[in-house]
Amino acid sequence: MRLIARHIRKDYGGRTVLKDCSYEFDAHAVYALMGPNGCGKSTFLRICSLLERPDSGDALFSDGATMLLPDLSLRRRITLVLARTGVFNTTVYRNAAYGLSIRGAGKAEIARKVKEALNFVGLGHKIDQHARTLSSGETQRLGIARALAVEPEILFLDEPTASVDQENTEIIESLIMKMRTDGKTMVIMTTHDRDQADRLADQVLVIRDGSITRH
Amino acid sequence: MDLFLQAISHAFSLIVHLDPVLTGIIVLSLKVSGYALIIATVLGLPAGAFLGLKRFPARDLAISTINTFMGLPPVVVGLFLYLLLSRKGPLGFMGLLYSPSAMIIAQTVLAVPIVTALCHSAIMSVDPIIRQAARTLGATDTQETLAVIREARYGILSALLAAFGRVMAEVGAILIVGGNIAGYTRVMTTTIALETDKGNFELALALGIILLAISFLVNAALHFVRKKGMVHTS
Repeated sequence: MRLIARHIRKDYGGRTVLKDCSYEFDAHAVYALMGPNGCGKSTFLRICSLLERPDSGDALFSDGATMLLPDLSLRRRITLVLARTGVFNTTVYRNAAYGLSIRGAGKAEIARKVKEALNFVGLGHKIDQHARTLSSGETQRLGIARALAVEPEILFLDEPTASVDQENTEIIESLIMKMRTDGKTMVIMTTHDRDQADRLADQVLVIRDGSITRH
Repeated sequence: MDLFLQAISHAFSLIVHLDPVLTGIIVLSLKVSGYALIIATVLGLPAGAFLGLKRFPARDLAISTINTFMGLPPVVVGLFLYLLLSRKGPLGFMGLLYSPSAMIIAQTVLAVPIVTALCHSAIMSVDPIIRQAARTLGATDTQETLAVIREARYGILSALLAAFGRVMAEVGAILIVGGNIAGYTRVMTTTIALETDKGNFELALALGIILLAISFLVNAALHFVRKKGMVHTS
């Protein structure tokens, strides 16, 4: 699924964060979004993942769906992993199964996809552990597994390695690389790390003065 | 002192021998408070969730009102319900006065604000990131609300236990609308009041011991639930 952001604008309390963000994102590619703190990277992700509405502008999806009339089926083809992953007060398995269970998936399907997703992020051995006993890096990986379990067409990652140690950073980077190689999912991630962006992304974009430009 | 020791001894004897009058009163008390708690949960939990999750113009006023109603004086509730349910009252045609149903209504009126206010607090204490996480994973509004309620489950259980403790110990409202009729509307607290007046301390003490034991169990459960909730939210 392609994503076309058109003239997205967002103000917060009189301050314009995004002025005119337009860009065409191709399916199955990995994008890294960069820019200084407060430039609107996370806001852009939250808007494109339908968590927030823009003040003006639109995002079109290649199947004709539009952000301005988001239906449940569109929302369920997109997931965002927040910079601070909020895990539910239950086991790793149930966290990873949440997206599938609210979609009404069967037990066998949930078990298979959850195991796949947890193995993918290297948490297969912690399936029965309580999610709130994981380290911050593992929590972030659980957030990614939880998102991947529902097999989204677009995966947004908001600073996925911002608050994790070197070991977990390397694991998360390798996961993004695998997704890039698999080519099944469009990934749009934000990062402050220029080297990381170059390593992982097909295209590096910068938000500057409220607009997106290609680096 | 002899009178006290003798009364205690007789009270334990009534408990040990499962005196039918005593057990009848305990069962009725648990039934009345249990039904009241179920109805209060059905009404109060959604109301608490609504106050916690939705934004509307009179929200602050609604929260203040519910918090005020938490401290409703039971006798005042009993008086109002008496006027409503008495023969000449607007609901007199239902013939509920001096029945267990009237007592359930009275306890429900007292419990609903407690359940609502404490459930609201429990839901407000859930990290907002949980709602966002559910949303980003494709939850509908209802599924998002259920996710938050599930997160607040320990706080909600505490709210229900607190409400149960309050209504079990209540005497003023149910005495007015229940009438303390032997074998029909006589519950633990009203029996204690009556039997003490009559000088029949054995039954009053036996019921007092049971009431204290129930109160202890409720508080122990409350402590356990809070502790369990704290382990996984710290």
